[in-house]
Amino acid sequence: MAYYSTNEFKGGLKIMLDGEPCNILENEYVKPGKGQAFNRVKIRKLISGKVLEKTFRSGESVEGADVMDTELAYLYTDGEFYHFMNNDTFEQIAADEKAVGENKKWLVENDVCTITLWNGSPITVTPPNFVELEITETDPGLKGDTAGTGGKPATLTTGAVVRVPLFVQTGEVIRVDTRSGEYVSRAQK
Amino acid sequence: MQFWQPTTTHQARIARAALLRTIREFFYTRNVLEVDTPLLSKGTVTDEHLEAFDTCFNYDQSGKPTKLYLQTSPEYAMKRLLCADSGSIYQICKAFRHESEGRWHNPEFTMLEWYRVGFDHVALMDEVDALLQETLGTEPSDKMSYQQAFQTYLNIDPLCANDEELLEAMEQQGIDIHEPETLSFDSKLQLLFSYIIEPQIGSNTPCFIYDFPATQAALARLNSDDPRVAERFEVYFKGAELANGFNELNAANEQRKRFENDNEKRRASGLSSKPIDENFLNALEAGLPLCSGVALGVDRLLMLKTEAKHISDVINFPVSRA
Repeated sequence: MAYYSTNEFKGGLKIMLDGEPCNILENEYVKPGKGQAFNRVKIRKLISGKVLEKTFRSGESVEGADVMDTELAYLYTDGEFYHFMNNDTFEQIAADEKAVGENKKWLVENDVCTITLWNGSPITVTPPNFVELEITETDPGLKGDTAGTGGKPATLTTGAVVRVPLFVQTGEVIRVDTRSGEYVSRAQK
Repeated sequence: MQFWQPTTTHQARIARAALLRTIREFFYTRNVLEVDTPLLSKGTVTDEHLEAFDTCFNYDQSGKPTKLYLQTSPEYAMKRLLCADSGSIYQICKAFRHESEGRWHNPEFTMLEWYRVGFDHVALMDEVDALLQETLGTEPSDKMSYQQAFQTYLNIDPLCANDEELLEAMEQQGIDIHEPETLSFDSKLQLLFSYIIEPQIGSNTPCFIYDFPATQAALARLNSDDPRVAERFEVYFKGAELANGFNELNAANEQRKRFENDNEKRRASGLSSKPIDENFLNALEAGLPLCSGVALGVDRLLMLKTEAKHISDVINFPVSRA
């Protein structure tokens, strides 16, 4: 794998740190007037998701990480693995529970997700920003409540629970922002 | 992206012209003479952490190709003028440092440097403050010694502390760096200063930090009452390290010793030693009048003036478009 000097550091560069692939979020060059130069770097560890700050001596080299994002359609889960397919090549890839994590509740069949591969294996699965899911269960709306008092919880087919306005009922399909987990609207028919 | 285009707005270019005019008027009214010295020199800086660009001059009178260095500051040449009885002088010029670009850094930048004959560093700090008030419209500056700053923000005495105390402080402050114990004592101080102290000073009004440890004296004279500190100051404002000044060392032998020590440190770190500027040392032998001098980054001053986020907002063609 290639090594990167601190001069090449910039947002988006993938490097190895403590045996884990990381994404550089921010890189700041620090040079005290008469002193040694440093690079102050904000890093996201791609497996644990942890964000941390690390300082390198300028000129130091760091091993690059073979990390790439790929767009794949979600197919199904067999209980252990989540299966995705490249819509152009029909090649399939299976991601484990750890890679999917919390996002499993936003996986909708045929939705195209971003799968991050490290050395060819999926390490994270990012669903589209918006997904449409059906409500399997929610309390019937209370009459006369139009003040938008924060709504009520609704359970979706995937098990996700989101707060919805009182007028939304069981059986309806709603649009949800997966980044915040918030209700956006009723789905367009 | 169109790489032929400047990274600045026309507003920024107007602001630069206005700032340069204000600076020149400031010195004109104070009777400080504008001078001009070469960017190329046979000698160069010996600092362990400062790299000069070099080039080859093929037409030297010696008949041999000669290495010439682009200046990292006009300090040596301006002091040669002072030794030739120039009186107080200033210069606005390009300076070059062979290092990375960054938010506050471009390898080629504009420097304002001036020397005041008969001033000590305290009087010069007042004049820098006056220039900042004139150019940026700031309130009178804060002043704090290097020792006070460490005691206030880190509860450490930088003049008595040992390596272990600094390592402990770095860990407490969450400064995560590979093999911190291999950093020099001064590098540890500088990291703590940049990461912990700098963000807490100079946010409303510029802050002068003075009396740096003698190990970071560079070309400043040591304090005669407390030789642990050098009569050097720096100015910080809104995250920028804006200026660095000295009560100038004028002892040629002491200056030579410092250059030689620097070169030894360079060799110890696996760097090549640099040719000492003999013209400068010979000038010191002839006699440098008591004076203080300061170098100020004009691009950074302009960034503060225009509230720019990045130095490329005030430099038409930063190195990536050079």
